[in-house]
Amino acid sequence: MRRSFTSHFMAGAVAIGLSAVAFGGAWAQTSVTIGMQLEPPHLDPTGGAAAAIDEVVYANVFEGLTRFRSDGSVAPALAKSWDISDDGKTYTFHLNSGVSFHDGSSLTADDVKFSLDRARAEDSTNAQKALFAGIESVEAVDDTTVKVMLANPDGAFVTKMAWGDAVILAPESAADVGANPVGTGPFKFDRWVRGDRVELVRNPDYWGDAVALEQATFKFISDPNAAFAAVMSGDIDAFPGYPAPETLAAFEADPRFNVVVGSTEGETILSTNNKAEALSDVRVREAIAHAINRQEIIDGAMFGFGTPIGTHFAPHNPDYLDLTGQSNYDPARSKELLKAAGYENGLKLTLKLPPPSYARRGGEIIAAQLREVGIETEISNLEWAQWLEQVFRGKDYDLTIVSHTEPMDINIYARPGYYFQYDNPAFQDLMKTLDVEADPAKRSALYKQAQQMIADDYVNGYLFQLARTGVVNAKLKGLWQNAPTQANDLTAVHWD
Amino acid sequence: MPPSRRTLPTAFVLGAVITAIFLALALASFFWTPYDVTKLAVMQRMKLPTNLHWLGTDNMGRDMLSMIMVGTRTSIAVALVAVGVGVGLGLPLGLLAASRHGSLLDEAVMRSNDLVFAFPSLVIAILITAAFGPSAFNAILAIGIFNIPVFARLSRGAALSLWQLDYVRFAQTAGKSALRISVEHILPNILNVLIVQMTIQFSLGILAESGLSYIGLGVQPPTPSLGRMLADNRTLTALAPHLTLIPGMAIVLIVLGLNLLGDGLRDLTDPKLRGRT
Repeated sequence: MRRSFTSHFMAGAVAIGLSAVAFGGAWAQTSVTIGMQLEPPHLDPTGGAAAAIDEVVYANVFEGLTRFRSDGSVAPALAKSWDISDDGKTYTFHLNSGVSFHDGSSLTADDVKFSLDRARAEDSTNAQKALFAGIESVEAVDDTTVKVMLANPDGAFVTKMAWGDAVILAPESAADVGANPVGTGPFKFDRWVRGDRVELVRNPDYWGDAVALEQATFKFISDPNAAFAAVMSGDIDAFPGYPAPETLAAFEADPRFNVVVGSTEGETILSTNNKAEALSDVRVREAIAHAINRQEIIDGAMFGFGTPIGTHFAPHNPDYLDLTGQSNYDPARSKELLKAAGYENGLKLTLKLPPPSYARRGGEIIAAQLREVGIETEISNLEWAQWLEQVFRGKDYDLTIVSHTEPMDINIYARPGYYFQYDNPAFQDLMKTLDVEADPAKRSALYKQAQQMIADDYVNGYLFQLARTGVVNAKLKGLWQNAPTQANDLTAVHWD
Repeated sequence: MPPSRRTLPTAFVLGAVITAIFLALALASFFWTPYDVTKLAVMQRMKLPTNLHWLGTDNMGRDMLSMIMVGTRTSIAVALVAVGVGVGLGLPLGLLAASRHGSLLDEAVMRSNDLVFAFPSLVIAILITAAFGPSAFNAILAIGIFNIPVFARLSRGAALSLWQLDYVRFAQTAGKSALRISVEHILPNILNVLIVQMTIQFSLGILAESGLSYIGLGVQPPTPSLGRMLADNRTLTALAPHLTLIPGMAIVLIVLGLNLLGDGLRDLTDPKLRGRT
């Protein structure tokens, strides 16, 4: 008797629970939970390179003079407009008035001067100091006007000011900004439960257009299986950088979710040690390029998500040259080249792989493809710390696979000390020319020339552009599809 | 009604059969596997079992049966050599310590064994492979080192009681050296305990190898290993459960088989239990 009472009671409780869930769906929802694979080390975008920092705070908590839109274009932010002097060396930014920081203090031109000076200072910990390298001086003309003097004209300066590393802080709160971020954005930092989540709440005093959300939570889930479960169960409303492309098919088939496939700045390459004995021969590098079947790697390692590339440039960039034909899959040609280079009896190379699945799975596929043309690889799977130590700093490797996610980073090929050790003075000169060239048409031509040069030298094996695969609740609108910068901009996010 | 002494216990038979099947699979893989395990066929990935692929294909289109065969071979080879290392070093140390019971040498040998024993086995293994890099050799070394104190303690304990027996004392009085006594009189009499322990350590070795491979510290790809098959496919559990179920079941069965075999052997060789099972 007692047991049956208990079970009735339980059934009732479950029914009440279920109906609460059903009603919950009908309420206007004003909070959102965003999933992220990595937890940020701190929340200061001006003091760290970790993408996870910007993915929490960019456009939400902190704002710069300008900002990126979802399509990668630059829009006004704290600066409502700017004038450029005729010689292109002086930028006068006009700030929006009535902007206040989350601690109540108002934003003035002095805060801008402080932030830019802090970022370019000798002892600055800014991860992108190059953004500020061209600044000669900053002057606060009046409360809402800032003058920035550059050493040379720089057509990209306004774009540089849109980076997360260039956001504006207040001098009073800058010291502790990593743990207690105080910005001007539409969301205020609420709390950070380490190892689990960061919570933001709406800033009622926001100067710009009010946001639809009352509350936003960033939840950190590194395990792909746990991410799958959290999204499936509805604990997470959106996982923009969803870590398990293999499970996307399950979400595509489910009407509750939208699978969003965008592009990133991540060129995924078979990095090649150009100073290693066999690999210093361009014929061997070309042979490797022809041994690679890109589509098989994209299908096998990324479950079809990714765009083949033939050089180190993002395909969505207007200056991109499609050079995949030059390094097409041609094992016969590959064998000929190896023979010409004196390796017809085989070649043994090391392949050191960092943890991401594109590297681990892609590595096994590449190893099998190279084996077909007579190149044996010895795979070792490394943790990130070991990879940085042995491969990136120690240059003790032949081949590795890694995604270079920084935007417009072809200039790394001009650094002979960089881990793939490509030393071509012609390329280095080309980058120097590019640095001082302001004419967009000429810059475009130079970029194309640079892409061609590294493709001709087969510096690395160019595999594919990493796709940004995300899963979003079908009712949630307004998130970015692409990732022109590292961000989860929530300003336009709302529930249908 | 007690069963006849000749009847083998069911557990022993079951364990022996399971172990024999996996041993046969592993040995066969030296000469033949249904498909080449290094051959990828991405278009054929994640297929359910068919008559072409009896256990289906994995996330790279490799034949699961072939992978299981070679993976079993890897696990057995690593565990076998690791047990060999344990017996090879642990047994002489244990016999030596027993023959010099109470001496400083005995203390030194046993306390240093305690030191190794104090670390959890997997932690030692991770330490070694992290320091020297992941490879099959380092996995063997790591698991082997953990086996040394197990066999040293066991053989010392078993030998100590034998040293008190009259026939050993007599041999001693007759002028036989400690080494000869250990080899001629002690060893044959502790062999049964050793064999039982070896099957148990062997199954633990298989588990340890799978664990190390699972976290990426065992044999490196493309050589298949059961643990890495689990790790590689774990995110695919929702889509293709057989990819993790099959290697998981293989590990379970091998370990179960070896444990049943070990239990059976213990019962068979234990005079106190003889005739009761």
